[in-house]
Amino acid sequence: MRWWIGDLVPDGADFPWTTFAINLTGSLVLALLPALSAVRRRPALVAGLGPGLLGGFTTLSTYTEQGRTLLADGRTGLAAAYLLGTFAACLAAVTLAGHLSTLAARAEFEAEEGNE
Amino acid sequence: MTPLLVALGAAVGATSRFLAAHYLDRRTPWGTLLVNVAGSFVLGVLFGAGVSAHALALLGTGLCGGLTTYSAFAVQTRDQARRGLAIGAAYGGATIVASLAACACGFALGQA
Repeated sequence: MRWWIGDLVPDGADFPWTTFAINLTGSLVLALLPALSAVRRRPALVAGLGPGLLGGFTTLSTYTEQGRTLLADGRTGLAAAYLLGTFAACLAAVTLAGHLSTLAARAEFEAEEGNE
Repeated sequence: MTPLLVALGAAVGATSRFLAAHYLDRRTPWGTLLVNVAGSFVLGVLFGAGVSAHALALLGTGLCGGLTTYSAFAVQTRDQARRGLAIGAAYGGATIVASLAACACGFALGQA
């Protein structure tokens, strides 16, 4: 799937936006998984969607190779912006998603309590 | 042909990553750190050696792409940061710095 998107929208010579977007959305969705109650009830789904699909979707090796290329080309500022920008954006995304997941879990717990 | 090569490589890479995470990830995710550094090293070698497009699809996009992960890395860094901001910074920083260094070493090795 990552190859397919990379083929459709190849990373340009400057900031690798495609890989950036792939890593960001993959991180966000992985952190959102616990918010889906269907996923919470089926551990096999967690293994399949989490490490399987999303882990395979995102990539760290391409990210470091792109960072290394930018550094080797002497484009230190762009390399730092890409490496730290991806890191910061993904961390912000998973932190936000974590809060949403906690809220969703709490809402569901309270709904179930009310039914009993 | 190329999608098949990517899928083959990714099947091996993602399964290896799952096993490494399963057996080596403890309170600190050593397994994920290991696969991310190892995958970056191998991709560096491939780029350094200038392998063919088919080899790059199988071993680079497929194997290394499946072996390494950014999503698990991001979630784990957040979880480590919950134990302590310094721990989270150390895990995140160690992964990025070690992976970059491994990639540069691999690239140099591939060129040699």
